[in-house]
Amino acid sequence: MKFLKSKLTIALLATGLSFSAAAADITVAYDSDPVTLDPHEQLSGGVLQMSHMLFDPLVRFTKDFDFEARIAEKWERVNETTFRFTLRKDVKFHSGNALTADDVVWTFERLKTSGDFKGIFAPYSELKKVDDYTVEIISSEPYPLVLQTATYIFPMDSKFYSGEMDGKDKSSIVKHGNSFASTNVSGTGPFVVTSREQGVKVVYERFADYWDTNSPGNVDKLTLVPIKENATRLAALLSGGVDLINPVAPNDHKRVKSTKGIELTTVSGTRLISFHMNQNSNEALRDVRVRQAIVHAINNDGIVKRIMKGFATTAGQQSPEGYVGHVESLVPRYDLKKAKQLMKEAGYEKGFNLSMMAPNNRYVNDAQIAQATASMLSKIGIKVDLKTMPKAQYWPEFDKCSADMMMIGWHSDTEDSANFSEFLTMTRDAETGKGAYNCGYYANPKVDQLVNQANAETDPAKRSEMLKEVEKILYNEAAFVPLHWQDLAWGAKSNLQVDPIVNALNFPYFGDLVVK
Amino acid sequence: MFTFLVKRLFQALIVMFVISLVAFAIQDNLGDPLREMVGQSVSEEERQVLRDELGLNDPYLTKYTRFITNAVQGDLGDSYFFKRPAAEVILDKLQATLELVFGAAIIIVVVSIPLGVYSAIHPKNILTKVIMAFSSIGISVPVFLTAIILMYIFSIELGWLPSYGRGETVNILGWHSGFFTKDGLLHLVLPCVSLASIMLPLFIRLVRSEMLEALSSEYVKFATAKGLAMNKVYYQHALKNTMLPLLTVGGVQIGTMVAYTILTETVFQWPGTGFLFLEAINRVDTPLITAYVIFVGLIFVVTNTIVDLLYGVINPTVNITGKGA
Repeated sequence: MKFLKSKLTIALLATGLSFSAAAADITVAYDSDPVTLDPHEQLSGGVLQMSHMLFDPLVRFTKDFDFEARIAEKWERVNETTFRFTLRKDVKFHSGNALTADDVVWTFERLKTSGDFKGIFAPYSELKKVDDYTVEIISSEPYPLVLQTATYIFPMDSKFYSGEMDGKDKSSIVKHGNSFASTNVSGTGPFVVTSREQGVKVVYERFADYWDTNSPGNVDKLTLVPIKENATRLAALLSGGVDLINPVAPNDHKRVKSTKGIELTTVSGTRLISFHMNQNSNEALRDVRVRQAIVHAINNDGIVKRIMKGFATTAGQQSPEGYVGHVESLVPRYDLKKAKQLMKEAGYEKGFNLSMMAPNNRYVNDAQIAQATASMLSKIGIKVDLKTMPKAQYWPEFDKCSADMMMIGWHSDTEDSANFSEFLTMTRDAETGKGAYNCGYYANPKVDQLVNQANAETDPAKRSEMLKEVEKILYNEAAFVPLHWQDLAWGAKSNLQVDPIVNALNFPYFGDLVVK
Repeated sequence: MFTFLVKRLFQALIVMFVISLVAFAIQDNLGDPLREMVGQSVSEEERQVLRDELGLNDPYLTKYTRFITNAVQGDLGDSYFFKRPAAEVILDKLQATLELVFGAAIIIVVVSIPLGVYSAIHPKNILTKVIMAFSSIGISVPVFLTAIILMYIFSIELGWLPSYGRGETVNILGWHSGFFTKDGLLHLVLPCVSLASIMLPLFIRLVRSEMLEALSSEYVKFATAKGLAMNKVYYQHALKNTMLPLLTVGGVQIGTMVAYTILTETVFQWPGTGFLFLEAINRVDTPLITAYVIFVGLIFVVTNTIVDLLYGVINPTVNITGKGA
């Protein structure tokens, strides 16, 4: 009998008729819920997570930063400045309207007016309709990151969002106050929202006419509840109140792993945690030898092991593995003896005083990391005056670059190396907005030139060389202190197949989740 | 009575005005609300435009005048996060908090009175010592620890009770209550017990000491000497007189309890005003923070006024019964 069954299964699998697993009803606990249902209102993890449930992008990232077809079934570069996408013909919006190129054009126009998203689409002059199912996106200069930016184009239902309601334009993007799009939604995604109580729960139900009939996902109903406290979220999972949680605090990993019936899934993340060394406020930091000494005095490995409980990847550069600019050989350089030697050479044998600031509720264990860094620096004679504060107070201080060393975490919106430099290590320029987060006031024309060139280079190999060169320069000049890339973790009941749907971007593709 | 009320009302107005001034003044030191509204790659220019739109760049007096003008008309501003009037959001979440406080109050009354009375009547009994020891520990354990321990035992290890949220609620004339469903009641148990645990030791001790005092008073001795049944002496004569200070303290403590809900609600992800306030601070949702501070000020002013009034009403009655006994 057993034999017969397995044979039957194989036969069914072979013909693509595998038993469709029973529909599942799951509860997911995150640390927060999306602030809005409008995918263009805020560029944040929460909103993008929601977008991947209610909408579909033209293309989306795979686990190894490659691209996979969604609304666009084919794409090709026509010339240096033009890129063509061919759209699927069988896509229906939640409202019942069929998706055409007009919706994509409409969505692009709307993105260009969104304060949060227009930066990503700044390189483009227009997105034009070629026919009902073909669009071309045209950049003013040759632009290499078209597919990366296409992961942010979630076509919206132009008919649904056009017109007026209560005298107000339904398509307007409102940051504060109510808008039609922040509470009503018609996307193409695997789920529709059936009820939403902000801060309490969002109920998603599977969209009956979802175009992706090949998706293995069998979740019929997904309830998302925000649970702020790490301990409470974990308790909810352990007590069976929820099926999946994210994030899982590093201290709780052991507990999750050792519990029967519950699995921990981790993915190496891409958010870089680093310190800037402010050359404007502290003269000593202008000396490359002092900066090198600081980088050599910090034990990245120790921080990752002790404070992050192994739940991070030590960093010696900006780009994590898998990014085009990642250079294998640029690793952390902990060497106390050399650090002391460098301090001596720079004439700071007796050390000096330095102020440091870090948030205490923004990144994983941020305050402890800052404390550890301060005590490591004391070993080479640098006396650190450390202040940690809640993020709400930290950002105004960061805007002013108030301390000699400021902590900053960065995640590249385009999953690309150049983005790090554009915000963190290029010369500050109020006009172009480059180096907007550069609190080190590090300035190197060579780096600026290379990044700008790379952003206009459409040949991936050449581009990769340029960005690798940037990383090497930053490494040799100790432009900043790289600490680590934060990892991501999900805790879930064993019957949920979490691994295939999660990625370093932290946008789980819940539409494809299989529950056994 | 009337002059007292008018005087009280006048005082309350001054208090509320001062609170509004303070609540508004702290706004600028809470951080930058824009950071919570926009992505990290949004330019400073773009943020300035939004700041102008929100009127955050106006001078303090302009902002305060605008605020107070709207406030006296009942408009405390819109929450940045909820995108609805802050007062409305608070009233919405108040239901959950009131149910939590109500549940905790029931536990306190039901537990503290019998235990306090028992330990006063039998001061040397071993059970009394256990009760007293327990209440000493109870006073010194912070509420979030109690909450986490309870959660660990009853939801994780035993799996009897849910660990977060309100569960199923029923809508009764616009009030979403958890008291009428099994699921809702189960969700209430742990948060209510945790919240009650802060006040319980205090009340047990209060009942006990008041009861001891009553027991050593002349009228109780007289009643005992008269040969009344001991139960009648304890529960009809002595206990009645311990209730008055209980009412006074209880009234004032309800205000304090609202403040303690912040911790309890955070641990249990209870969607009430306390959790709302903490989240508002994290998000720098200034209109909501200001509205909450004013709202809590109002609760204190109102409960204190009511307690004062009640005291005035009850006090002469106490004297009369005192004489009668």
